[in-house]
Amino acid sequence: MLKQLEELQLEALNELGQVSELKGLESWRVRCLGKRSKLTQVLRSLASLPLEERKKIGALANGTKVSLESSLAEKKKFLEEDHLASFLSRERLDITLPGQPIPAGRLHPVTQTLEEICSIFTSMGFQVAEGPDVEWDYYNFEALNIPPQHPARDMFATLWIDYEETTGQARLLRTHTSPMQIRVMEKERPPIRMIVPGRVYRYEATDATHESMFYQVEGLAIDMNITLADLKGILFEFCHCLFGEERKVRFRCDYFPFVEPGAEIAIECSSCHGAGCRLCSYSGWLEILGAGMVHPDVLRRVDIDPEVYSGFAFGMGVERIPMLRYGIDDIRLFYSNDLRFLKQF
Amino acid sequence: MKASLKWLSDYIDIRIDRQKLAEKLTMAGMEVKGIQTIGSTWDNVVIGQVASVNSHPNADKLNLATVNLGPQQITVVCGAPNIGVGQKVPFAYAGARLIDGHTGKATLLKPTKIRGILSEGMVCSEKELGISENHESILVLSPEAPIGMPLADYLGDIIFDLDITPNRPDCLSIIGIAREIAALTDESVHLPQIGYEEMEKPIDSLISVAIIEPDLCPRYCASLLIGIEVASSPGWLQERLRSYGMRPINNVVDVSNYVMLEHGQPLHAFDYHKLKGKQIVVRCAKSGETIITLDGIERTLTQDTLVIADEENSVAIAGLMGGLNTEVDVTTTAILLESANFNRSTIRRGANHLNLQSEASTRFDKGLNPDLPLVALKRATQLLLELAGGKSARGIIDAYPGKTAPSAILLSTKEVKRLSGLEITIDETLGVLRALGFECQETGLLPPQISVFVPYWRGDIKCAADLVEEIIRIIGYDKIPVTRLSASLPPQKLTPERSFKQKLRNTLVSWGFQEILTYSLTSMEKLQRLSPKLEPKIAPLQVANPMTKEQEYLRTSLRAGVLTTLANNQKHEEADIRLFEIGKIFLPQYPSAIALSQNAESGEGEVKQSPQDKEGLPHEKEMLCAVLSGSRRELSWHDNKELLDFFDAKGVAERLLEQLGLTSTFESSDDEGLLLGRRADVIIGGDKVGVVGNLHSKVAQGFELSGPVCLIEMDVEKLMNKASGAKRYQPIPRFPSITRDIALVINEQVTFQETEAIIQSFPLVEKTTLFDLYTGEQIPEGKKSFAIRIIYQSPQRTLTEREVDKIQQQMLDRLCRELGATLRG
Repeated sequence: MLKQLEELQLEALNELGQVSELKGLESWRVRCLGKRSKLTQVLRSLASLPLEERKKIGALANGTKVSLESSLAEKKKFLEEDHLASFLSRERLDITLPGQPIPAGRLHPVTQTLEEICSIFTSMGFQVAEGPDVEWDYYNFEALNIPPQHPARDMFATLWIDYEETTGQARLLRTHTSPMQIRVMEKERPPIRMIVPGRVYRYEATDATHESMFYQVEGLAIDMNITLADLKGILFEFCHCLFGEERKVRFRCDYFPFVEPGAEIAIECSSCHGAGCRLCSYSGWLEILGAGMVHPDVLRRVDIDPEVYSGFAFGMGVERIPMLRYGIDDIRLFYSNDLRFLKQF
Repeated sequence: MKASLKWLSDYIDIRIDRQKLAEKLTMAGMEVKGIQTIGSTWDNVVIGQVASVNSHPNADKLNLATVNLGPQQITVVCGAPNIGVGQKVPFAYAGARLIDGHTGKATLLKPTKIRGILSEGMVCSEKELGISENHESILVLSPEAPIGMPLADYLGDIIFDLDITPNRPDCLSIIGIAREIAALTDESVHLPQIGYEEMEKPIDSLISVAIIEPDLCPRYCASLLIGIEVASSPGWLQERLRSYGMRPINNVVDVSNYVMLEHGQPLHAFDYHKLKGKQIVVRCAKSGETIITLDGIERTLTQDTLVIADEENSVAIAGLMGGLNTEVDVTTTAILLESANFNRSTIRRGANHLNLQSEASTRFDKGLNPDLPLVALKRATQLLLELAGGKSARGIIDAYPGKTAPSAILLSTKEVKRLSGLEITIDETLGVLRALGFECQETGLLPPQISVFVPYWRGDIKCAADLVEEIIRIIGYDKIPVTRLSASLPPQKLTPERSFKQKLRNTLVSWGFQEILTYSLTSMEKLQRLSPKLEPKIAPLQVANPMTKEQEYLRTSLRAGVLTTLANNQKHEEADIRLFEIGKIFLPQYPSAIALSQNAESGEGEVKQSPQDKEGLPHEKEMLCAVLSGSRRELSWHDNKELLDFFDAKGVAERLLEQLGLTSTFESSDDEGLLLGRRADVIIGGDKVGVVGNLHSKVAQGFELSGPVCLIEMDVEKLMNKASGAKRYQPIPRFPSITRDIALVINEQVTFQETEAIIQSFPLVEKTTLFDLYTGEQIPEGKKSFAIRIIYQSPQRTLTEREVDKIQQQMLDRLCRELGATLRG
């Protein structure tokens, strides 16, 4: 019996060694460990043996069974790994095939720029407000020291809804975001710190540098003791945030009827670095902002005492910024919305 | 305004490098847009005198001109018709670099045989010298031009192209610019000395002036010159005018133009003998009055036009153009020279109305100072007497109804500091202001304060802030310190509109939509094309003076812009385009109470009350419009190429609303821009907030779109108002759920919404998902099959199969009873 068990185990292990595929394992199990296997017969025959022998042989037979089962498990694991390895080596993917495209949209470059500008100013404590695109002559011009027939009206070619330049009660498409200075100051008392992004319109034939519609961001800060030096500080910081610390910034005198003193901010030309080129009309500088101290007459008109309060205002064109950054040479690209353009940003 | 440095040096010593000067002017508010150097390329060009002119033996239109160049004479071929013996002309030797008259390119001049005659040089036109575009004739120089002198020494100049802001009409003159340069470079201005002899006869015995409209003509000055001879101006004067792009006419006209450029005051000369009644009346035109102006055009005037008239007729439109009836010509022997001040609004309106913008009108319409006419008149009278001979009547007519007493502006160094942030002493302040021509007196008060009187040419200076700018722009804006805003921070309020729009944008972008921004202005035709019946629902607001027909109306829908963009991109994009715009539409609200004021005229500077805020302005409504077209996924080897359909658009709308925490239903819509049966209104709490659907084929055709287009449109304001409710946390289920799939066979007319409503009305139903919709084989005609996954879930306990079986049986019974649904076998 003992010998039989030993032979049986040897024979089974031998057979197992010859199995080379996973499906061969099951027939081996049936043959060697199944109900009709020799090992099962041995186990069944135990009942007829005397107790002493039954104990001894029983333990041995069970040991053989456990050993064979674990050999089976090992062999199975080996064959599975082998199978996977050979499957993977057979079924290699062409990993150079393109990936499944994920739909990707983008924000319009002007929106991206507006968000960037707004986040710089909100971090400085400015609030964001928006105003109407269709405005009264009063807000767009008169309240900003530009009465009818004022020569500065030539600076703003206007699209009118009511063609009545002689009265403040005519509607027009705002030519700048500055009317919101008045609207804000009519409602709020100092301290005021506000920026206003929005669309503005001009009666203008379009070309590579002129659009009939574009975006501006207006800024306004009113309080006691605000000076032109503060304006310079804010705008230099803004320019450095947007164009880098290294970029030279120029602050010069300029005229806008609703500020006094007035100023203009220019940055060193991105294309020639100040040497002079076509982009900067050979001046080495690119104007990006108009600014100044809010005119005392404007403050008086909204009932803010210019002897007590002072403040600054600024306004900038938005498209100019991505144009300079990315080297875009035609402003019309922004509103023709060609996906081959938009997808680059 | 062009500023010739040569001309400027008549009045001021310029000792500073021209680049530095340009920089100083620019920084001080007078931007130098360009610097033109005249004569830098004129090597080998000298002044010659034409000694003889003979016809070319082999060509009809060519001449042989012998030019005396001092040491030698050279004969060259010349084609210009205006060449004449005795003329001083620019002569280019071979080797000179000239602009080719035909190609416009710089070319080296070589000895050339022209029709058999060797020409070793050339008499030059303005174009060849690069002065102007004139190539018809040769440039004839002044008779005083010295023979043999290099042309660059004689005509060479540096011209600054200055951008003069509208507040500085004084700098539309050489003397004005000289004053600026003087203040910026610490020099002084030498004005021309004025003095001339006068006749015995007083001017008021020869002419009288009456100003009927003193508000429109604050001052009228005139001198009278008798016995003059109208002739060509001397060469130096002609050359100066030409360099300013003005055509020399005769000494009288040329002197008035010259003095205008020099002093900034436009002048006008009348033929004294043609003035009827020997009187000047400054009045408004009579209704229907006409005048033939110097350009030969008969103009009908309106009553708001200011005219200069004699006893009978108008003889000039004030400040704009003279009348033909009193024109100065070669027969003229006496002139009345006018130098007046007119209301700037009147001039500007008249110039726009009559389309008569000129060098004069652009000066008048900026508002000139009434003290200027007298200075300019005396200068012009002196020059005319020098150039045209004759005598001046004694005295000057000076009607000055608008005279005002000079008033002082008080300024303290404290105020300079308060506005500019720049610390400056009282002495520095005085130094700058005096250099600019301001008269200053120290008041002796503390803190130090001065009273400032503004010089007549600076009408733009009205208050202390103006003076602060004067001081700092001369000291230099680069000297202003850079400080950090230390004022108190206003209370920070949330701006929910902005962040809401940002959220919508970012969500759509993350789903593959490209944001676009389209024009607010559109055409009526495009708005019409949005409806298959070509009738826009809302009458849009119209622009009174549109630039183009394409941009004539304010958009009442975002659809036109979005669809146009889609069509343009379909031309080059392969497939799968998803676009959206968030922006304003403009819905007209017609003014109720406010009538657009008819009383047109308002006094200058007087500003009316702000109009009733929003009344009369259109309702500017934020909308969202998204479109999808092409295949469901980007073209790829890895995926199927199904076309987008209604449910893709609906999916976007559903998920968007879900993101906003909104529960919506979709109901059949009557939006006529979308296809019948493929359009749905988006309803939240009984209120329509938007629409989804397939674009109507006629609309698609109208916009030249290809393939089916799905559209989503939402009212952003409504969405924001509805989405403002706070979100509540739902506990995560602690007990396992049970999932059952059922397949129902049901009549085709029954909607999914009805079916789902019944299923969801049962307790413990957590979620239903339709995962298949089938018609065809095995399903009877007129029926369809819904395959629905139902998830049962209790928050309190683990469900048993038995209780779910029971619920589901009741559910099927009710579906059968109410909708005729059966389980698919």
